[in-house]
Amino acid sequence: MASPGGWATPYRAVIGSRIRAQRSYPASFVLDLFGALLIGLAEFAEVWVIFHNVRMLGGLDFTAVLVLFGLSNLAFSAADLLVGHVDNLPTFVRMGTIDAFYLRPQPLLAQLVTSEVSLRRLARIGVALVALTAGLTQNHIVWGPQVLAMLVLAVVCGTAIFAGLFVCAASLQFFLINGSELTNSFTYGGSYAGSQPASIFPTPLKMIFGYLVPVAFTAYLPTLVILRLPGPAGLPSWLAWLTPLAALWVWLVALRLWRWGTRHYQGGGG
Amino acid sequence: MRANLRTYGQLARAGFHRQSTYRLALLAGLVTNIVFGFIRAAILFAAVESAGGTLAGYTSDTISAYVWLSQGLLGAVNILGGASELSERIRNGDVAVDFTRPVDVQASYLATDLGRAAFTILPRGLPSVLVGALTVGLALPAQIWPYLLGLVSITLAVSISFLCGYAVNILGFWLVETRGVRSLYAVTSSFLGGLFVPVGLFPDWLSTLAHATPFPSIVQVPIDIISGHVIGVEAIKAVAMQCFWAALTCLVGRSLTRAGRHKLEVQGG
Amino acid sequence: MTRPEPAIIDVADLSREFTIHRKGSRRLRRDRSILTAVDRMSFAIKPGESVGYIGANGAGKSTTIKMLTGILVPTSGVVRTCGLDPVRQRRELARRIGVVFGQRSQLWWDLPLRESFSILAAIHRLDPARARSRTTDLVEQLEMGQSLETPVRQLSLGQRMRAELAAALLHSPDLVILDEPTIGLDVLSKQRLREFLIHERTERGTTLLLTTHDMGDIERLCDRVLVVDHGRLAYDGSLPGLATMVGDRRVLVVDLAAPVGDLNDLPDSEHLGSDGSGMRQRLAFDAEKTTAATLLAEVAKRCEVRDLSIEEPDIEDVVRRIYQSTR
Repeated sequence: MASPGGWATPYRAVIGSRIRAQRSYPASFVLDLFGALLIGLAEFAEVWVIFHNVRMLGGLDFTAVLVLFGLSNLAFSAADLLVGHVDNLPTFVRMGTIDAFYLRPQPLLAQLVTSEVSLRRLARIGVALVALTAGLTQNHIVWGPQVLAMLVLAVVCGTAIFAGLFVCAASLQFFLINGSELTNSFTYGGSYAGSQPASIFPTPLKMIFGYLVPVAFTAYLPTLVILRLPGPAGLPSWLAWLTPLAALWVWLVALRLWRWGTRHYQGGGG
Repeated sequence: MRANLRTYGQLARAGFHRQSTYRLALLAGLVTNIVFGFIRAAILFAAVESAGGTLAGYTSDTISAYVWLSQGLLGAVNILGGASELSERIRNGDVAVDFTRPVDVQASYLATDLGRAAFTILPRGLPSVLVGALTVGLALPAQIWPYLLGLVSITLAVSISFLCGYAVNILGFWLVETRGVRSLYAVTSSFLGGLFVPVGLFPDWLSTLAHATPFPSIVQVPIDIISGHVIGVEAIKAVAMQCFWAALTCLVGRSLTRAGRHKLEVQGG
Repeated sequence: MTRPEPAIIDVADLSREFTIHRKGSRRLRRDRSILTAVDRMSFAIKPGESVGYIGANGAGKSTTIKMLTGILVPTSGVVRTCGLDPVRQRRELARRIGVVFGQRSQLWWDLPLRESFSILAAIHRLDPARARSRTTDLVEQLEMGQSLETPVRQLSLGQRMRAELAAALLHSPDLVILDEPTIGLDVLSKQRLREFLIHERTERGTTLLLTTHDMGDIERLCDRVLVVDHGRLAYDGSLPGLATMVGDRRVLVVDLAAPVGDLNDLPDSEHLGSDGSGMRQRLAFDAEKTTAATLLAEVAKRCEVRDLSIEEPDIEDVVRRIYQSTR
């Protein structure tokens, strides 16, 4: 049997169809987009209210926090766009739809990840980009290859880190019923922590969000490098260059958990 | 045949018991509450410190109380959940069954929700406050009055939160998908309610906007009362405000229900 | 010298147990009991065979199917489908088999049917030209031309089952497994489905494994029957053999013009019951010994018959009688 188009063809076919499906409901899509935009603005307002009251937070001023917020939300929203819908897994398991995945000649996780594209996330990506651009332009940044490289690294690896956290959360859903609240602690909790300057955290929290659920790598450390600021104790700014390792760590855990989860389902724990 | 108060009491008890089967979900909620509590406490501590020790009337101790009380209250208030079961029932048509029962739909759901909320106080509410007290320290009043009035305030807050969520979910009669409007409600209500930062920190115009909504009555008011941040006449006035919002959201919910029921009868779902 | 053909499904001592947790009301400790859904089953199916797999609800049919396809891991025993281990070689196996679940869809709910087909063709990496011709072929044979542009969720049950079948056969698998495919279908749809399956078999020699509650499916499609009872294989052989074992029993239901006493002395028949003070009577007869027409004639000798119907044997009934006859 010929295999035209290479390995991506099935995935392109499914994702293409999901995008087309969403385009066919323009009214509800626009509403969704608008709602997502408002949510993005509300999240930004949270940062803004703090800075209405104080000038500095954790050693960063408002323009620096713009960069932090922008990078962090960009990574999270991009990951949400690409991978966020894996939280549908419990529904698939409950309805038995996941069995259809087992009967197709593709890896299960790949099928789950490509089963949907949440285009409405584009609105929050937009908000994040605006904040990031504002922050980058307002700060006196010494533009050069280093800064550019850090920006790219932050966005790519930051997205990878959050995507990996989503997969961890989904894998745990094989074991938990109504357990999504537990995984929110490191997915949404991670996003929340990652959009703050880690210097405000007491040491235990710094270690957790720096090394265990390494969200400090998604935005805070890169921000320090871009703005040439020193890092707090235990999280020096040069660590930002090790962001790919953080992403690798998260994905190793995610894939292991996924394997456990699918084994559990096949062992009758469905 | 109309249902009497005892029926609603039974519904509340049922709501209470149902929660006990979701032990894992309660534990999960507690863990997440605590994680978020630590993060918020860190942010607000840094803010207070950066402002020189006092921020809009809060010190480190009182703002810590604010954080942990609000985290503890989250389980009961359920600001992110709302009556989501209701919109699901509207979507698949099961709600028609609810209308045939001799109990008022809104009241019965409210009774069940109050029961549910009561159950969360022990395993979710108190531990949150305890963790905060043991780890970062917080300031709580020594007299009994704030707690008594606080209990009344919490009951009102849970009711208002439920009634708002109810109104949002009832929109399911007209919207195909309520998920979008529900998540928008969740973010807006938690922000304007003072869940992220106390409303006292808002700029004036935003504060005015927030107080034009019922949301501060859900989170800010009960916490202010229990923590002793608001006392005496001010406290009574705040509770009166809660009563007003409870009544208003109840009425909105009822007229929406009537409209929705009418639509159901006309269109057949 | 020819080597014997390897079995396309080979099951040896296959078992599957489930632990059922029962929640104690107030205690933390929960009661546990073990449910044996499949109990040391062994059978082999050769390529090209058409096998029916029947049993009462909960007898273990769906569990076996899940183990054959890699969705469930056996507790013990060995299962090989198309010579592959369904769990370890799931993806390779998925290319060789097609599965239709009666209760679950493998199509995309909100998309036009046509798109489901093209996505599946991409998933199975079919050559575009061959995929097109295969799709056209299937659509024509299953008479789905009008449904192609309809979103799957708007299709009637009959149309949807035909679509599922086409989807399962798109990549021309060697083995097709169907789990309750005709459930809820009207007579005409069932007919179409059966004819199509027979055609596939004759054309391509596709092996067929079919679980069903409908004896009609078995009679028209299968030359071999596996009967499962409480997880164990109670019968493995031909359909005539099954009939011989349990007797080919049918039930004639007659509506009479006027109430009559119980007709329990008719030759070669057993009176099962009367309704409406004798207006409707149910008479069982052995199709090997007599015919419905003969029995009807006997009834007509006694009284005026207004209406009649014939009940097919019930799966539960068959299983029960196998159980009784093997004791």
